Amino acid sequence: MKLPAMKRNETTVLMVIMVAVALMMILLNPGTFLTQNNLKGMAFQLPELGILTFAMMGVMITGGINLSIIATANMAGISAALVLKAMENSPAAGLVLAVITALAVSGGIGVINGTLIAYVGITPILATLGTMTLFNGVAIVVTEGYVISGFSPAVLFIGNGSLAGIPFPLLVFALSAVILTLILRKTRTGFSMYMIGSNATATRFSGIHNEAVLLRTYLISGLFSGMAAMVMISRFNSAKSGYGNSYLLVTILAAVLGGVSSDGGFGRVSGVVVSLITLQLLSSGFNLLRVSSFMTTAIWGFVMILVMVINNIIDTREKRG
Amino acid sequence: MKKLLERHETYVLAIIILLSILITSFNPNFLTLENAFDLLKSNAFTGILAIGVLFVLISGGIDISFAATATIAEYLTVIVCLQIGGSMLFAFAMAVLIGILLGMVNGYLIDRFSIPPIITTIATMNLYYGLLIVFSKGRWLYTLPPYFRSFADIRILTLSTANGLPYGISIITAIWFALMLLASFILNFTRLGRSIYAVGGDVISAQRIGIRVRMIRVSVYSFMGALAAVAGIVQALLVQTVAPNSIVGKELNVIAAVVLGGASLTGGVGSVGGMFLGVMLLAIVQNGMTLMKIPAVWYDVFVGLVIIISVGFSSWKAKRRSSGAIIDVQEAPRTHSEQTAGGSR
Repeated sequence: MKLPAMKRNETTVLMVIMVAVALMMILLNPGTFLTQNNLKGMAFQLPELGILTFAMMGVMITGGINLSIIATANMAGISAALVLKAMENSPAAGLVLAVITALAVSGGIGVINGTLIAYVGITPILATLGTMTLFNGVAIVVTEGYVISGFSPAVLFIGNGSLAGIPFPLLVFALSAVILTLILRKTRTGFSMYMIGSNATATRFSGIHNEAVLLRTYLISGLFSGMAAMVMISRFNSAKSGYGNSYLLVTILAAVLGGVSSDGGFGRVSGVVVSLITLQLLSSGFNLLRVSSFMTTAIWGFVMILVMVINNIIDTREKRG
Repeated sequence: MKKLLERHETYVLAIIILLSILITSFNPNFLTLENAFDLLKSNAFTGILAIGVLFVLISGGIDISFAATATIAEYLTVIVCLQIGGSMLFAFAMAVLIGILLGMVNGYLIDRFSIPPIITTIATMNLYYGLLIVFSKGRWLYTLPPYFRSFADIRILTLSTANGLPYGISIITAIWFALMLLASFILNFTRLGRSIYAVGGDVISAQRIGIRVRMIRVSVYSFMGALAAVAGIVQALLVQTVAPNSIVGKELNVIAAVVLGGASLTGGVGSVGGMFLGVMLLAIVQNGMTLMKIPAVWYDVFVGLVIIISVGFSSWKAKRRSSGAIIDVQEAPRTHSEQTAGGSR
């Protein structure tokens, strides 16, 4: 069966906007935009928001939302940092254990979210609002509000190193994109996620165990948060509660801009990647123009509204025709 | 009696009473009029925002942009008042005008272009807040017009403590309560109010019985904007400074308070009384922690647990009640959200 994942016009609109933004930025920043430095800078910045957006995307496809992704990432990052600090004498083993810890903690929180939503029956937005507040609190209690900082070179490599000229975080991002694509396209769970997002009742009656699928969805979301956590603590060279809080609502924007429906049922990884690149082009380009980062935020908001309005107008025309 | 037990508000009230008994047994200062009046004053800001959020939730929408709206209204009004003098009445009027305008934009975008409310308001939040910080350069305003201070000190009822210090019901509390009465009246006794419930319950049915959905939606978001603006001025009255970055980021707490009070995120359900209890529940948790000398770092942990346990309990009951039905009752709201989003896909 073929999935009507995203209508063609939406991808087209998005691609056109991406190219337009790229051209505009090249024209506005002659000689500075297309430099290796700037392109590298973009490649190092994009993965953090990108992987977090993947964490948001999966749950949005099922028609849910996960407000706890940043809190989860911070909990995972803090746990990993504690492990790294405790095992400073053996950096290699420490790193492996830290990654495992980050994934275990974030996966654990994902399972808690999934249980609350699928089995207790709390609306996703409320369940994850609760766990977001709870784990933000736990993170503050554990760290007493302080920063845990100073990691070994091996850890710093995750966020700042390059492999054969390619920034390592970009590789992590690419790997995440491939994993998510495979989950969504090639597994039963992925297929069921789209179905639940389109019509949960019909899905239940077609013999799918909705609760189990939802539990796995939130587990996957948690694991991506954990993956983002490793990139984050490496790039900041520290872990703290409250890092990246401003990313939360931006991940929803990035996902929706990429064609993920906030009502569920639609969304492709490729669309989200295009939307992430567009947002990054805007932010890097304006940064070169010395425009305030808050202006960039405002422009992101404006672009978002613009895309939704254009899509709506195209849709209405097609229906008439 | 049975009906009373089925109401969500009853449970919230029970939790509040239990918490109050617990806190009082640790610190008898909790159950004093002085503390109660203080709570009702310091939570007026959240409480006024909550009224707006209640309307939006009942209509089946959600608003994330109200904190940005509140800040813009507060900031612009204070700047203008500093320039031209003005008065308290002028300040409220100007703020409300700005709030209505910004809210209207939300309502129009949501209805005219069928953009899901959460997306629209996240986008407008980024837009409003980004522009505010760019144009204000993030500067705090430390000096307010003199009438901001004299107005904030007005008490409509003055009592005095054992050692002669005056305390009482602040005008700010009075504003909050007046707005709650107004909201309650609108929701229960006007055509507009009943239409808001109808739109939140089922858009299509509402449309078929002749309700002008666009008018209702634009009104609801404008009302949210107006209340956000009043809350912004109240915040300036409470803290006597204006910081462009102090309110944004608290949106989800307000929504949590309203939902704790029994409003449903799928629309059609909610009451002013429940909303008040929800706001007070979170206020009492925070106040109680201070009085019980629990370190402030634990605050988020407790709030998180309160949200999960309280919402979890009512969701669990709803899930068990509906499990006997052939068609899962849980899915009913989905049809509605598909309707609202139908045009954009």
